[in-house]
Amino acid sequence: MRFAISLLVIVAVAAIIGTVLQQNQPYPDYVFEFGDFWFQPFQWLGLFDVYHASWFLLMLAFLVVSTSVCIYRHLPGILRDIRSYREHASLKSLRAMAHHQELTLQTAPAAALEQVQLWLQQRGYRYKLHAREDGQLLAAKKGSMQRLGYLLAHSAIVVICLGGLLDGNLPLKLQTELGIKQVELRNVPQSQIPPQSRLSEGNLSFRGNINLAEGTAADVIFLNAGRGYFVQELPFSIRLKQFHIEHYSTGQPKLFASDIEVMDRATGKVTAGTVKVNHPLIVNGIAIYQSSFGDGGSHLQFAVWDWHGKSAKPVELKATSQTTQSFDWQGAPLTLEFGDFRPFNIENIGAEPQPGDMAKLLQDARQVKAQKNVKNLGPSIQFKVRDGQGQAREYLNYLAPFESEGRYYLMSGVRSEVAAPFAFVRIPLDEDFKVDGFMQLRAVLSDPNAWPVVARRMADKAEHDGAISGPFRKEFEQSVGWVLQRYSEGGFAALERFLGDRVPEDKRQAVAQTYIKLLQGAVIDAWDLSRERAGEAPLAVDEKRYRFLMDSLVAVSASFDYGSGFYLQPQSFQEVKSSGFQLTRSPGKDLVYLGSVLLVLGIFCMFYIRENRIWVWVAEGRLLMALSSNRRDALTETEFDTHRLAMAGIAGPQEDSQT
Amino acid sequence: MSTSTLAAKPLSKAAQPFWRDLRLGDHLFAAFVLLVAGIVFNRYHAAMDGYEQAILAGATLALIALGWFWKSVRVFFPVAGLLALGGIALYGGDLARGQSAFWLKYALASQSAAMWMCVLFFLATLVYWGGLLRRSATLEAIASGLTWAAAGAAVVWFFVRWYEGYLIGPDIGHVPVSNLYEVFILFCLITSLMYLYYEERFATRRMGAFVLLVVSAAVGFILWYTFDRQAHEIQPLIPALQSWWMKIHVPANFVGYGSFALAAMLGVAQLLVAKGWLASRLPAYETIGEVMYRAIAVGFLFFTIATILGAMWAADAWGGYWSWDPKETWALIVWLNYAAWLHVRLVKGWRGNVLAWWAVIGLLVTTFAFLGVNMFLAGLHSYGGL
Ligand code: HEM
Repeated sequence: MRFAISLLVIVAVAAIIGTVLQQNQPYPDYVFEFGDFWFQPFQWLGLFDVYHASWFLLMLAFLVVSTSVCIYRHLPGILRDIRSYREHASLKSLRAMAHHQELTLQTAPAAALEQVQLWLQQRGYRYKLHAREDGQLLAAKKGSMQRLGYLLAHSAIVVICLGGLLDGNLPLKLQTELGIKQVELRNVPQSQIPPQSRLSEGNLSFRGNINLAEGTAADVIFLNAGRGYFVQELPFSIRLKQFHIEHYSTGQPKLFASDIEVMDRATGKVTAGTVKVNHPLIVNGIAIYQSSFGDGGSHLQFAVWDWHGKSAKPVELKATSQTTQSFDWQGAPLTLEFGDFRPFNIENIGAEPQPGDMAKLLQDARQVKAQKNVKNLGPSIQFKVRDGQGQAREYLNYLAPFESEGRYYLMSGVRSEVAAPFAFVRIPLDEDFKVDGFMQLRAVLSDPNAWPVVARRMADKAEHDGAISGPFRKEFEQSVGWVLQRYSEGGFAALERFLGDRVPEDKRQAVAQTYIKLLQGAVIDAWDLSRERAGEAPLAVDEKRYRFLMDSLVAVSASFDYGSGFYLQPQSFQEVKSSGFQLTRSPGKDLVYLGSVLLVLGIFCMFYIRENRIWVWVAEGRLLMALSSNRRDALTETEFDTHRLAMAGIAGPQEDSQT
Repeated sequence: MSTSTLAAKPLSKAAQPFWRDLRLGDHLFAAFVLLVAGIVFNRYHAAMDGYEQAILAGATLALIALGWFWKSVRVFFPVAGLLALGGIALYGGDLARGQSAFWLKYALASQSAAMWMCVLFFLATLVYWGGLLRRSATLEAIASGLTWAAAGAAVVWFFVRWYEGYLIGPDIGHVPVSNLYEVFILFCLITSLMYLYYEERFATRRMGAFVLLVVSAAVGFILWYTFDRQAHEIQPLIPALQSWWMKIHVPANFVGYGSFALAAMLGVAQLLVAKGWLASRLPAYETIGEVMYRAIAVGFLFFTIATILGAMWAADAWGGYWSWDPKETWALIVWLNYAAWLHVRLVKGWRGNVLAWWAVIGLLVTTFAFLGVNMFLAGLHSYGGL
């Protein structure tokens, strides 16, 4: 018994390990976390998969055995108890009981016995009469189920553990130990995986995963095992027709569901169904669960815009997310590594409650409705551009325009290391919500042949306004051309660099002002020119258009830190989702549930049914009542008292009550 | 509930089938509960799947049984229930009224009710201690009343919040047992009700001072969680939680947690008595031990059921009834711990300080299973994250 209890505690403590140390992670992670020195012993101890470690299973086995032994030991006794009334108890033993009462009987024994029987019946006791030479002994009892409870609760433990064992991966572990099966460590196509790493569809119990893109099918799943995996063959092939995802107005996910078709390999019978979280689909004994989802390789179309060249025309590019393709940019061989395509990006720009303000806090505390304000930034695609040297930059481009203060931009984020946040370039959209306007302007700004034209037109205006005249005009045109050139070499940064190198400290402020003025003037004429070149009529510059031009200057300037000479503008997409399934076959399940029922019944009986036994011995002038209970507590006392009163009533008045 | 065979009051003279013992009050109560359940059913059965209808039926019967077994409930639930209905009626289908209508704003809106609950529990704790230290039966009676009121507020909170969810959005409403904030209030409700039951059964209010301490701790957490984290806002259910299992798994669990917490506080009281502190004021050492045992017995039964329900839910949601997920595993640890506790008491017949200490430590283990896991350990079961 002490053994059993210590076992309970030890198992509990052992179980803790697996909860503090994340289980079944990729081995490199552990090496990284603990270092080589500790990794070895930890792995040897099976700490990375405690609950399947041999020593842990051994402990469970002990638990089962000891419980079984215990049941075995108690069974005969319990059955005897449940049957017998102990009607052969000797008076001596009855008198030895803690709860007994001896009375002088005033009435006839037979009559008294009648009443006693009646009383005990009322109290729900079953009894047996036993005539003996020294009188009549009535042995009664109630609540034998209590003893049964012990059996139920304990056999439940055994049943549950056996069920668990049936579903556990013990057989597989043994086969691996014996070298019959072998964990697959390589990352190769499923078809090339050798038989010793494949498990037949006859496998009694398994739990594995498969990831399917919409429209694709599979007839195997993967069981991960330590640092590798096994391939489990299925009796059917499973095909993902479509994956659905829905959101609440608050942005949280509302529904994940997969429409699938399951075709039985043997019969060719097709079962269609929908798998949802909490609603698995069960096909001939195998349960299919919704476990994850993602981008399954969506078809994307881009317009490739040159950041720096003279051309304002894009080239088309087709791509598929989750794939890599080579791309030749102005003679430089690059690779585009496309990552996740996201059909929507729901951002929560929730209003933070200002702390300190008590009234506000109380106000909030009364509101059950979250003051969330969520915004969908629309589709986005993430990708890397890798050059010949293997240097890569990561980009995040949004398809839909981003609105700010009534103006619209296309956002493109860039970063050079993975952890870093994206730095965004905002590309202003023209009046028909296109990039073209900006790109045409950009082309003019970076076209040396255009600069003199822009400069001349600016000078004309200036002269016309009388700002400059005769001799200064040439100088003016030169400096405009010069500023545009500098700018086209590196944006504002280039101008600053020049100031830093060439212009004395005290003059810089003033000179910088002039440059900016010139640039701001020049961009207007550059814009007119760009429209002419595009065969569009010039437009009068108003507030809104002026801001567009300023935004354009900023964007062009930012393009010099963009890190790639082109901008991939997402234009259209055809989404292909993927869905992750978990498939399980667990024959032990029903056994475990059966055990659970037994357990609850057992515990209930053990705690809430009390087994009481009462003996009443009646002889001429004598009545002896004794009570025994499986539990000695206040209740036993009250029970005893009620019976003592009853017996006293039956026995009649006592001259001096002896106990 | 099933502890009726434990009744410490003298048994009625002749043991007749229980329904013969039922009085008019019992029948009225039953009728009332059935009526309400009936109304709920024909109003909402369209929105309930078969399981949920079964749960409604089960809950109805359970509540009637509870009322018959513990008579005070026959008054408590109708009163609290009617207040809740009043609140719901005041809303008249418009959430905004929660901030304008007087009775909602200051009493019956779920969050107002929650605040009342917090205040009342704090008061009850103080008054219980006052009663204990000044040996004043009056104060203890008042404290007991305050505790009832606080529990009532929690019941109002529960039903009104449930309704408010649907006012926010038909797809957002759900029974409020889905996140840490909600279950904490559930915890306060269950713990205090269980205490009130034992208070009546053992005809002593002396243990309230200790039991209410743990409730007050929970209340403290609730306040922090509300004001610092806005945790009280009603969130829609993520797919993993959209299951009728939740409706029974969570409450069952909290009967367990509640009684374990209660037992631990009694353990503390018992240890003090053993030291001779407050000994003259607290109930007898054995009595405390007895109540402690019963609390753990009830808790253990419900915790077992809850764990099994959890396994069955997992079998639906995660693809396996047992995944050795941290939450599951800690539930097992708690379970084994109390199984061992019960063994040494029932089998080895242990009594006294060791068990008391063990019960206190048991609460630490339980608390970790309840909170610590969500805070410190990653896992499938990270819904109630802080
Ligand atoms: C589920 C809650 C459990 C309760 C309430 C419980 C209760 C009991 C009781 C009352 C006894 C004494 C039986 C008697 O002597 O008449 C007992 C003995 C025992 N229990 Fe449990 N038990 C429980 C679970 C377990 C578990 C999980 C194990 C796992 C190993 C276990 C193993 C044992 C063993 C080995 C004995 C001793 C048998 C002997 O050597 O006499 N029990 N238990």
